[in-house]
Amino acid sequence: MTLDLPLVFALLMGAAILAYVVLDGYDLGVGMLMPGASAAEQDVMVASIGPFWDANETWLVLGVGILLVAFPAAHGWILGALYLPVAGMLIGLMLRGVAFEFRVKAEGWHRELWNWLFWFGSFVASFAQGFMLGRYLTAFQPGWAYFLFALLVGAALCGGYVLLGATWLVLRTEGELQRRARAWARWGLGWVALGVALVSLATPLVSEAVREKWFAWPRILYMSALPLATLAAWLWVWRSLDRSDGKPFAGTVAIFALAFGGLAYSVFPYVVLGGMTIWQAAAHPSALMVVLVGAAIVLPVLVGYTAFAYRVFRGKVRTERYEH
Amino acid sequence: MTEASEALLLARTQFGLNIAFHILFPAINVALAWFLVYFRVRHLRSGDPQWLATYKLWVRIFALTFAMGVVSGITMSFQFGTNWPGYMLKVGNIAGPLLAYEVLTAFFLEATFLGVMLFGMNRVSPRVHLLATVMVGVGTALSAFWILALNSWMQTPAGHGYDAGQLIAEDWLQVIFNPSFPYRLVHMLLASGLTAAFLVAGLSAWRLLRAPQDAGAARTLRSGAFVAAVLTPLQIVAGDLHGLNTLEHQPAKIAAVEAIWHTQKGVPLVLFAIPDDARRRNDFAIEVPKLASLILRHDAEAELQGLDRFAPEHPPVAPLFFAFRGMVAIGVLMLALAWTAAWCLRRRAAVLPRPLLWGFAAFTFSGWIATLCGWLVTEIGRQPWLVTGILRTAEAAGGVREASLGASLTGYLLVYAVMLLAYMVVITHIAGEGAKA
Ligand code: HDD
Ligand code: HEM
Ligand code: HEM
Repeated sequence: MTLDLPLVFALLMGAAILAYVVLDGYDLGVGMLMPGASAAEQDVMVASIGPFWDANETWLVLGVGILLVAFPAAHGWILGALYLPVAGMLIGLMLRGVAFEFRVKAEGWHRELWNWLFWFGSFVASFAQGFMLGRYLTAFQPGWAYFLFALLVGAALCGGYVLLGATWLVLRTEGELQRRARAWARWGLGWVALGVALVSLATPLVSEAVREKWFAWPRILYMSALPLATLAAWLWVWRSLDRSDGKPFAGTVAIFALAFGGLAYSVFPYVVLGGMTIWQAAAHPSALMVVLVGAAIVLPVLVGYTAFAYRVFRGKVRTERYEH
Repeated sequence: MTEASEALLLARTQFGLNIAFHILFPAINVALAWFLVYFRVRHLRSGDPQWLATYKLWVRIFALTFAMGVVSGITMSFQFGTNWPGYMLKVGNIAGPLLAYEVLTAFFLEATFLGVMLFGMNRVSPRVHLLATVMVGVGTALSAFWILALNSWMQTPAGHGYDAGQLIAEDWLQVIFNPSFPYRLVHMLLASGLTAAFLVAGLSAWRLLRAPQDAGAARTLRSGAFVAAVLTPLQIVAGDLHGLNTLEHQPAKIAAVEAIWHTQKGVPLVLFAIPDDARRRNDFAIEVPKLASLILRHDAEAELQGLDRFAPEHPPVAPLFFAFRGMVAIGVLMLALAWTAAWCLRRRAAVLPRPLLWGFAAFTFSGWIATLCGWLVTEIGRQPWLVTGILRTAEAAGGVREASLGASLTGYLLVYAVMLLAYMVVITHIAGEGAKA
């Protein structure tokens, strides 16, 4: 039996992107919630993501890296078509990333400015990512309806990240801030419900391929398990929100994983919807094989030390200041 | 100018600007990580709180530099595909895996342990914390290893072959350890060592000018000056060997660096001139007879190939000529400064005279300038090729519209200018306040 390398890499890429969305999603969500908190609370919020954000962002580099390495033809196509939103996202990520450092070192109005840029960068990056997803799902077609759809997805993803960020804070903080985070999470849940519903309705409308995939008989029978499971996860988060510290975050991750699974199912086996399948876009098998061998060795080690880092910082964030 | 060539120019400007901005921060951090390891070890060995304060001061600068490096690096990984789609299509089977190995082995390692290093001091034992610091250093070095392997392969490709028209690697060891890689890796690691050493010495000198009694700053100045005194001569030797190797593999680059227009015997070394690319000659030249032949061939009468051998396919002369002289001039000045300081500091309690302190303060960012000059020589010297003999720069450019390129370039320029200014102000400020025990 020969290994279907493009398929393996499609799965790896999906896993890396999902890991990025969940991990940096809570960072960006916390960033977007900053204006709602007091100065002291802002320090706690930033401290709750400080040790992780850099490694979290690296999953984006890995996801894009796999796109570049495994599907070079698609990489140019997709990122070329998304050129401006990508530039917007990058500028957002830059502002957010350096604001981490500058805000602790600055004083007075400079500090306020960097706090504000922290929020702004998080928001621009989140919105741009959602916008890109929207353009991608409609195969970059021109026209104001598609453009509007992309704006919608941008707003929906912001809601999703806010929910992730708020439930992360429920997990990692206590007292007044935690109480407030629970309230933010309720808002986020509403927003997400609206967003997921709209995107699920709109995607089959704008894409013929997607329609056929979901609504053919009898496939619709077992495929309906996915939206039902998403609904269950949503209800679980809603119910546990006032009672538990950990369940809301776990449930939110489940919502993201299920929604992501649905999107992946819609798109597969294309990398560019209707334009190019993963087999057409794939790099030479020899190149894929060397990377796969490396990944098989390195990924377990990587997961190991990531687990170690999360263990080091487990428990509630203390209000202690940065150590640098 | 046609639409296509203007878009190409914008794409090149944008990429060149981004990577030149990016390299500023790795150039510091690849070596600064090992300074931190040294400060930490001194503290663990002696228990002296002053070393801990020193460590904490420099960790703040490291963290800021790291954040700048990370955010500009992420931009690079997107621009590979957006600005140069033809690049990945042609050589993706080689560039891709090298980049993937960099992400897998280096980026995750440094990013994850950075968290433990910056925030974990009170949560893990001192040994584990030291280990985290070492891991960050290992990660940055690995990252330099992979990206320089790729860049060197683009300069002097080796180990590749074709399968059904697709370029693939036939021997990965040859691809990685291609002819210019050992020289470039050593030269770049030393460049990083010097950039960090002069930053440490320069900022410490700045502090001492304001607070002459600061013992911590005197100590870090000492560390920086001694490291610089050792590394500068090594760098000059490595640079010379690097140049000889380039003469063998990319002779047109060296001809342009030395502004040798005509193939001849007993070639003079041009100390200064204004090379005229249009009229293909040097104006206002000051030359030392036969010295270029002597340096490059170790024989005063030897023949050197001039640019006429390669015309019209050779890189522009003036930028290479000046950038190279800039790098060498800084190298020589670094040597003079570092050795004078090392001589003055040879006894333990010695302090540097104020003029030397001013000298170091002025040289705080000299490593940056030399590094940028060096990369300009390397990258412009490869033109018109993107991958020597395999892919031309013009063939790699993409279909992104000019307006998009212009808009994003403006955005990047603005953000970079603000970030760079804020960065330099903040680190000078941090160092100016000194270490607090
Ligand atoms: C000599 C070293 C060197 C060179 C030539 C480059 N880099 Fe770099 N890069 C590093 C050395 C480095 C580093 C030392 O590993 C960084 C800088 C910030 C930091 O401290 O890590 C880093 C960070 C960094 C990151 C962020 C990693 C993270 O999330 O932790 C990316 C995506 C890149 N780089 C990508 C690139 C690309 C695509 C380059 C070339 C075209 C490049 N770098 C040239
Ligand atoms: C790290 C320090 C580096 C600096 C400062 C640097 C600088 C530059 C500059 C100034 C240019 C524009 C040259 C021109 O247009 O004439 C350029 C081009 C380029 N470099 Fe580098 N470079 C660096 C490293 C690298 C590395 C590591 C790679 C790849 C692995 C790379 C790949 C390229 C590519 C693809 C181009 C585009 C071709 C072009 O614009 O001419 N560079 N670089
Ligand atoms: C003083 C004697 C020096 C000599 C003779 C020298 C020689 C060279 C040569 C010939 C190259 C181009 C190699 C090529 O493109 O094939 C180069 C590149 C470079 N130089 Fe130097 N150099 C010197 C000093 C320095 C110093 C002091 C620094 C920095 C602190 C530095 C940093 C660099 C960098 C970063 C590059 C580009 C990367 C590379 O190709 O290695 N050099 N040098």
